[in-house]
Amino acid sequence: MDNGLTRVLRQLGAQFSSRIWRLGYASRFFLAIMLHSGTSLRRIHLTIREVYFTGVLSLIIILVSGLFVGMVLGLQGYDTLARYGSTEALGVLVALSLVRELGPVVSALLFASRAGSAITAEIGMMKATEQLSAMEMMAVDPIARVVAPRFWGGVISMPLLAALFSAMGVFGGYLVGVQLIGVDEGSFWSQMQASVDFREDVLNGVIKSFVFGIIVSWVAVFEGYDAEPTAEGVSGATTRTVVTSSLAILAADFILTAFMFTGT
Amino acid sequence: MSQESLVEIRDLNFTYDSRPVLTGINMTIPRGKVVAVMGISGCGKTTTLRLIGGQLKPTSGEVRVGGQVVHELDADGLYDLRRRMGMLFQFGALFTDMSVFDNIAFQMREHTDLPETMIRDLVLMKLHAVGLRGAHDLMPTELSGGMARRVALARAIALDPMLIMYDEPFAGLDPISLSIVGELIRKLTDALGASSIVVTHDVQESLKIVDYVYFVSEGKIVAEGTAEEMKHSTVPYVHQFIWGEADGPVAFQYPARPYGEELMERAARRG
Repeated sequence: MDNGLTRVLRQLGAQFSSRIWRLGYASRFFLAIMLHSGTSLRRIHLTIREVYFTGVLSLIIILVSGLFVGMVLGLQGYDTLARYGSTEALGVLVALSLVRELGPVVSALLFASRAGSAITAEIGMMKATEQLSAMEMMAVDPIARVVAPRFWGGVISMPLLAALFSAMGVFGGYLVGVQLIGVDEGSFWSQMQASVDFREDVLNGVIKSFVFGIIVSWVAVFEGYDAEPTAEGVSGATTRTVVTSSLAILAADFILTAFMFTGT
Repeated sequence: MSQESLVEIRDLNFTYDSRPVLTGINMTIPRGKVVAVMGISGCGKTTTLRLIGGQLKPTSGEVRVGGQVVHELDADGLYDLRRRMGMLFQFGALFTDMSVFDNIAFQMREHTDLPETMIRDLVLMKLHAVGLRGAHDLMPTELSGGMARRVALARAIALDPMLIMYDEPFAGLDPISLSIVGELIRKLTDALGASSIVVTHDVQESLKIVDYVYFVSEGKIVAEGTAEEMKHSTVPYVHQFIWGEADGPVAFQYPARPYGEELMERAARRG
């Protein structure tokens, strides 16, 4: 029994310390990206290309999801507000939920599964087929040439996608609330305009999505670069990217919300 | 340090996870020669190339390239040295998101300020040398194995290196592509006045083109000499290797307990 207990403890300890070790490795990797970001800024076309691959190609899923989330908000919001007889506040409800919460969070979750997984798989495959090694032997640093542009491409795309998600959502709420149900159009827009504060609500939402962009891009490039160079290794890394970054987004959202929107 | 040798390896040891991979390796790669490093898979050949390229650091001993000790160089010095080295990876390692043309232009664009028109001329010249000028706008996925290897070869010589390293250049090629690649290695080395290190287990093709051979077994050099000397070598390992015999110093059986013992144990458990 004693033997079994020590074995369990030892396994637990080994798992824990390897997690910590990996976190340290990921942090050093983040530092290396920062140090080697010069190329991504000097040769901006490298980064713009990644903005296209991660941002522009994610547009369809982001816009369609935004529209539907907004429409659902319109339906649910109207139903709840009708009980208190304040349906004219529908615009405020839709806009605030989107700009503060749903826009940054849902678009980040979608971004993690659409673009984050693609980045991990691409870098992982480049490693598995020795392309990164070949680049190193050509005296070109893969962190500067491959990793950093993808990281910054993701960081730039994320707030833009979140903004488009929110805009589409507001439009969806307008379609359902005003056009379908018949809430007064004037109060829908004017209440929204009066109650949504630019600094308090919009800017905080943008800050959130910027942080989520860093999280998703960091996890994605790290998992790809650290992937075991085999087919199973790359598929495992891709899954880890989606799981880790989704959980990290939700945890970070709680922390950020606690700082931004309480006590006012 | 003699002017004739480009690469000097002295008493090189390399351990990976406390398992010795290379022990006491001494090698000399003279300028303008093609040298082969042969041995069975997993004997430490590729590790030797990675030590020369500075991707790994030796546990003890040293590798000198052009007089510089590779593992003592800082990052800038190492990158400077690598610009004068070309490497052909086992399966080409072409950048799959770029066309053949961009693959070969890659280093020129990264390391030089040459105008695009001149890069175009240089790339087509390199491709012409490997016979694939007509394939410059294909993507790597559209190439056959032999063509991909030749493109990778053109990319390895893009900046006219002084040292070209080949990691299993013949692996997985059909007989025609095989002799094309073999001939190219010889011709390009001579044309560039470079030195070449060919890591391979393909005996027939490589003995045709190389000047000198090192045989590596279990991380040690077991024989060396010119191609002709090796063909008539009486070292058992070399003999087994060159004539491709199934059993010899390299045993057919993976190490195991005596067969009889294992059978008896099974019988005892069943009975």
